[in-house]
Amino acid sequence: MSDDVRLRIAERAARELRPGEIVNLGIGIPNLIPGMLGDDTQVFLHTENGLLGVGPRPLDRDLDPDLIDAAKQPVTALAGASYFDSAASFAMIRGGHVDVAVLGALEVSGSGDIANWAVPGKEVLGVGGAMDLVVGASRVIVTMTATSSRGEPKVVAACQYPLSAAGVVDVIVTELSVFRVRDGQLHLTELLGGATLADVAAVTTAEYLVSLEESHAR
Amino acid sequence: MTVHGVISAAEAVSYIRSGDTVMVGGFGLVGAPLTLIDALVEQSDATDLTIISNNIGEPGLGLGKLLRQKRIRRGISSYFTSNPEAVAAVNDGRMEATLVPQGTFAEAIRAGGAGIGGFFTPVGAGTLLAEGKEERLIGGVRHVLEEPIRADVALVYAARADALGNLWYRRTARNFNPLMVSAATISIAEAGEIVPVGALEPESVVTPHLYVDYLVERT
Repeated sequence: MSDDVRLRIAERAARELRPGEIVNLGIGIPNLIPGMLGDDTQVFLHTENGLLGVGPRPLDRDLDPDLIDAAKQPVTALAGASYFDSAASFAMIRGGHVDVAVLGALEVSGSGDIANWAVPGKEVLGVGGAMDLVVGASRVIVTMTATSSRGEPKVVAACQYPLSAAGVVDVIVTELSVFRVRDGQLHLTELLGGATLADVAAVTTAEYLVSLEESHAR
Repeated sequence: MTVHGVISAAEAVSYIRSGDTVMVGGFGLVGAPLTLIDALVEQSDATDLTIISNNIGEPGLGLGKLLRQKRIRRGISSYFTSNPEAVAAVNDGRMEATLVPQGTFAEAIRAGGAGIGGFFTPVGAGTLLAEGKEERLIGGVRHVLEEPIRADVALVYAARADALGNLWYRRTARNFNPLMVSAATISIAEAGEIVPVGALEPESVVTPHLYVDYLVERT
């Protein structure tokens, strides 16, 4: 996946966020989003290892070994930040207090099922907070390329990979389009980067309605 | 119980016996009780251990040292993957693994310390991780029953303790430590520094001292 594609997906996903929202970002493309938010779209970043108010990556001289995000990378804490234990952090997530989770996926189905933690045939030994986040966050935005590195569709009729949760995804942003799941039905709402309806259809095995709309998301 | 006092790391790990279940705080190495882990590695023969920790350290670091000594029979974690040697140990049949979603892991430990006999959560319902677990529809949503998690011994880290065992944590080094210290028969807190009683503002105490059995100073 080229950096350009990753940046474009992140840029479009960033426009789904609204000022004041509490947002948890997964590793990979979602982590590019903070750099794309305008000054008028201040959101509050939550990391499940116990911090609300995540700031930018520190300069070397400001590295603090006690201050990391869920990807175990060094971060800073902004004015107004708070720290809490892991049970409180996941109570925030499951309790619906985190407005948005933005994360990657291996597959998403047309009804909003998501597989983003396990590959069949391999011993499954890492789940982290992925299941808690997709179940608990009020809105789940998936950022991913339209196809896997082997060219297989990732927006599918039914997930082949082990599920993280069923029926939880709200928005899918790929380099080609935006899909939205409404009442268990997938809608193609926006074409991106000059893609055509045929381009999307060629790499999507899920059934969907074409419901193109003006990009009203800010 | 209140704290019995400040003891050496070697004495602390002497409370861990072969076959015990041991909780170890930390998110990766951040907030892990590294002095206590080193003492367990170097000054204890206890083996056949069940380790409850979010990760099994990193290769050759933290709990990764104990793993290399083949003293971990079973791990209960949310993310073994951060130590490829732990993954290899499971794949080779040298270690049993129980994988738990991280929020369920945290809440089960909290429940273990709070005298709760279990809880229903929607997380994991309908997935591989809920296989064999009791299910119930609550508000029309599938929930799975999760049982509490407790241990024989908990090893935690706090940046600061007072001499009574009140604990204060620094930044994201808090993570699972306040939960684990509440959920074991013997709880041992490693402190970055130990200050006199009264030096911690009561409002800043995160873990009241009644949870802490022994203090060890980080070296």
